[in-house]
Amino acid sequence: MSEPLIRAHHLVKKFGDFTAVDGIDVEVQPGEAFGFLGPNGAGKSSTMRMISCVSKPTDGTLRIFGLDPVTDGPKIRARIGVVPQLDTLDTELSVQENLWIYGRFFDLSRAECRRRTTELLDFAQLTERAESVVDDLSGGMKRRLSIARSLINEPSLLLLDEPTTGLDPQARHVLWDRLYRLKQQGVTLVLTTHYMDEAEQLCDRLVVMDQGRIVAEGSPRSLIEQYATREVLELRFAAGTNDQFADQLHGLGSRQEALPDRVLVYADDGEAALQEVHQRGMRPESALVRRASLEDVFLLLTGRTLAD
Amino acid sequence: MSAGVLRIFPPEMVVRRPHRMIERHIAVYRRQWLIVVSGFFEPLFYLLSMRAGLGSLVGAVSVGGKQVPYDAFVAPALMAASAMNGAIFDSTGNVLHRLKYARIYDAALATPMGPADVAMGEIGWALIRGQIYAIGFLVVMAALGLTNSWWCLMALPICALIGLCFASIGFAGTTFMRGWSDMDIVNTLMMPLFLFSATFFPIAAYGSWAWVVQISPLYHGVALVRAANEGVWSAGLLGHTLFLVVLSVAALVLAARRVDTLLRK
Ligand SMILES: Nc1ncnc2c1ncn2[C@@H]1O[C@H](COP(=O)(O)OP(=O)(O)OP(=O)(O)O)[C@@H](O)[C@H]1O
Ligand SMILES: [Mg+2]
Repeated sequence: MSEPLIRAHHLVKKFGDFTAVDGIDVEVQPGEAFGFLGPNGAGKSSTMRMISCVSKPTDGTLRIFGLDPVTDGPKIRARIGVVPQLDTLDTELSVQENLWIYGRFFDLSRAECRRRTTELLDFAQLTERAESVVDDLSGGMKRRLSIARSLINEPSLLLLDEPTTGLDPQARHVLWDRLYRLKQQGVTLVLTTHYMDEAEQLCDRLVVMDQGRIVAEGSPRSLIEQYATREVLELRFAAGTNDQFADQLHGLGSRQEALPDRVLVYADDGEAALQEVHQRGMRPESALVRRASLEDVFLLLTGRTLAD
Repeated sequence: MSAGVLRIFPPEMVVRRPHRMIERHIAVYRRQWLIVVSGFFEPLFYLLSMRAGLGSLVGAVSVGGKQVPYDAFVAPALMAASAMNGAIFDSTGNVLHRLKYARIYDAALATPMGPADVAMGEIGWALIRGQIYAIGFLVVMAALGLTNSWWCLMALPICALIGLCFASIGFAGTTFMRGWSDMDIVNTLMMPLFLFSATFFPIAAYGSWAWVVQISPLYHGVALVRAANEGVWSAGLLGHTLFLVVLSVAALVLAARRVDTLLRK
């Protein structure tokens, strides 16, 4: 196997006494699409910021392109693109100025900045808004501009912290398509997300983080196989009675989970489980058998739904 | 590189591309050049009022043993003050906005730019602004016949040093501000600094309070500009220069370190 693009060993980030990232080990190979999943406050952004070389690790070792961020920060940053969780666009500049001034920060020539700005405006579907003030853009447009800006230096590693939060479904699909194309061009992608469909679509491999630690690692498929059953039976009972039915469901499938609005039964054969529910004399208002998803893995591992 | 060398001279603290920050500001101010120009008028109005009013009441003042009329005594001081104003305007309010609210520096630090580039770029820009005012002021002084010889051109590099000093102090100080209300502190400090830096009367007039005046960086700047305008040089001016240089370097290093601790945590 080739030298990993990112190698983190026992990486720790503390803010005062508080430990945000608690000794994680991560390796990302060139060309891979790698995801960080986890509930709010899990430490995803803190990890991303360390990888972006804008935040210093408190402990552990970190190598990016085989280089140490402490001694080679500028050299590493020259080769990566960063989309932070919160946009840091320059509101005093127009849309196109945001792109080419950023390019100048990477020491690109003026001609090169112009050329790439034109390309990236097209990429972000913002050509018509080139002269607009950033403040006048919609939230989704700002996000697209942030992503376009991160590509100005043609990075070989792209770090995206919740890239599609706030985008409408169509814009998300367009972005997935763009990211997929970048991946095919050999760009390594590292992203965080709260959308399981996004993780399943984009990531070859992902880790689930919780309270600063990695609690699971693998491909989306293997995580589902390892942590969830093949199918999930979703039952809805009359409002407020989910808990009391959870008792009656005991022993059904391999595991049950009572959520505020529904009860999940993890079973390899969902239909069989549903028949059993009926045999036990329960009459749910609705019942649905579906394939297990990453969302179920997430729920099992962190005890939280994504809405939390 | 050994760890020891790294500690004294961390790689992120090397200044490589501060001019990129200035390029960004030029792009912004191309549309707002009026704001830049307006800052020049305050000391100019002072000069005109001094000339018309006080100048006729107060007699000649001694500079380096030379008797000069009052308006020629005050003008270099106002020139030094205009360099200070330009530098302070840009390195306090504008920096606070970019640092805390617009978060311009966060974006820059995700590129090869480092904290020292950001600090140096901002201070450089503020210095340029101070320099623009100083040049404008010198032109007016020449037009009013207040310049004495070609030595007066030396006042420009001196004003650059004054600008550097105040921009560095302004930037470093601003990194400690909690919000807009702290800007009042700047205004409160600027007024006495402007009035009591041997600007309007010679330091001898301060009597036993002279030592307080000597702490003011503007006082040292004023002494240098005055000497340049009159073309009277003495060894004592080295002391004034050294004071400003040492203060500038110290504030610059502090400024870069503050950007590092604030934004790269
Ligand atoms: N600059 C900071 N100072 C102090 N605490 C911080 C700082 N940044 C993050 N934290 C804390 O570290 C923990 C992890 O934060 P982080 O932003 O990495 O979480 P996250 O996984 O990205 O969450 P989210 O999904 O909400 O974006 C949180 O408890 C947060 O309050
Ligand atoms: Mg986050």
